[in-house]
Amino acid sequence: MTLMPSPPIRRATLSPYLRCLWGIVWREGLRFYQQRGRFIAALVRPLVWLLVFAAGFRAALGLSITAPYETYVLYEVYIIPGLIGMIQLFNGMQSSLSLVYDREMGSMKVLLTSPLPRWYLLICKLLAGCAVSLVQVYIFLAISYAIGIDLPLLGYLALAPTLIVTGLMLGAIGMLLSTFIKQLENFAGVMNFVIFPAFFLSSALYPLWKMRESSELLYWLCALNPFTHAVEFIRFSLYLKFSIEAAGWTSLSLLIFLGAAIWAYDPQRGLDGAGRG
Amino acid sequence: MALTENEAAAGIQISDLSYAYGAKKALDNLSFTVKTGRFTALLGPNGAGKSTLYHLLTRIMKLQAGQIEIFGSDLNRSSLTAMTSMGIVFQQQTLDLDLTVRQNLRYFAALHGLPHRGLEDQISNRLSSLDMLERADEKVRALNGGHRRRVEIARALLHEPKLLLLDEPTVGLDVPSRKAIVSYIHKQCQERGLTALWATHLVDEVLPEDDLILLHRGSIRAQGCVADLLKKHNCDDVAALFETLVLAEPVE
Repeated sequence: MTLMPSPPIRRATLSPYLRCLWGIVWREGLRFYQQRGRFIAALVRPLVWLLVFAAGFRAALGLSITAPYETYVLYEVYIIPGLIGMIQLFNGMQSSLSLVYDREMGSMKVLLTSPLPRWYLLICKLLAGCAVSLVQVYIFLAISYAIGIDLPLLGYLALAPTLIVTGLMLGAIGMLLSTFIKQLENFAGVMNFVIFPAFFLSSALYPLWKMRESSELLYWLCALNPFTHAVEFIRFSLYLKFSIEAAGWTSLSLLIFLGAAIWAYDPQRGLDGAGRG
Repeated sequence: MALTENEAAAGIQISDLSYAYGAKKALDNLSFTVKTGRFTALLGPNGAGKSTLYHLLTRIMKLQAGQIEIFGSDLNRSSLTAMTSMGIVFQQQTLDLDLTVRQNLRYFAALHGLPHRGLEDQISNRLSSLDMLERADEKVRALNGGHRRRVEIARALLHEPKLLLLDEPTVGLDVPSRKAIVSYIHKQCQERGLTALWATHLVDEVLPEDDLILLHRGSIRAQGCVADLLKKHNCDDVAALFETLVLAEPVE
């Protein structure tokens, strides 16, 4: 009998981890590229807000000078960070949908039976989703620039590390949600109960002081919303400023949601009726 | 060739393994060994506990009681070593339908940290050995069930595992496809020393020279070399053995 050679044990080197990360990012990118509808929707959604909603509200909504802005800004300029957040929020939820889809289609089993640690695989998944969101954000910013939205040039660069933190944080929320969703059909609830409240109860469309003028309760809900801090983190970075409060709350939210998602992730979920033989 | 300590160990060693879904016992105190370099059939009717066992072997489900060792490495404590030596073909198809055959294999290679150098040749060789090279650049969605299974087997063997776990891999396939797949895995065991655990409820997939574990209602009814078991139970073939040990039992 010929014995097969023992497969190499790849414990000590870093390269298998990097190859694995690259493979997961590559697959996510390929899937995104192939899903033209998702690609177009990801761009059209914020552009509609920018071109239609912002144009309408420009006249109606007066904004006083608010940090990080040093002067009055047009409403179109004000909502850019919120729309960037919206892209990442939708992308994070889309990643959660894709996790549920992968679980239903069985490809999650292939991921989870890799010899690498499960927590690492889940972080790679998050990074892959985040990379896709970065592409979407920069295409959106390029279009915004083309239609005359003026932002500090260096702000585009300073934004990149912030987008990684905010993208991971929103992706981690999506991953945590996916641990509670048993079937793909249940995903519509996420739209109604997560995306819309998170977006509207934030500083994406109006500054928090404006919200406080109308309702103290709504103000506090907005102030406690992690998405608000992500948007503010993005807003300050775009203007080459750093808000310790926004960065701190966003990073803390990332740690909490990521930890909870890894802890709650149960590959057994979705096996009901498929494999109890 | 001298055997190393790990190679001399059993391919799979299962001790006192139990699993329950709530109050319903799926596996009841199983203990068995899968010998290195052998084709071992895990035969049992639907609901016998085969898939539960596979989900425990692949760490999809967590152990409740008992121990699993893969080539001497405890699956819980040395999971990296254990999982590296394992290739898996799940009952449910697990290919990404929107990627090509080659892209699916590349993705798998990345998940296992395989180096890029020589990978394309490795993929081509593996696909070629399963007569799938010509379809390498087609999307999986375009393949029929039999061809998808071949791709899954090619993928499971890409990192040259010592152990291959297959959970009812021929379900839903036509007779020629089934025969081709069964024969391919047997050949891998004979020529390359692959250890295979093949779960099935189809008695014609088990050959007299194979090892057999007969599972029913979560417990083992018989285990050993098929030829020896046939002799012991005075049966002409595996179908008769299956009937004697499983089907003759009253329904609960």
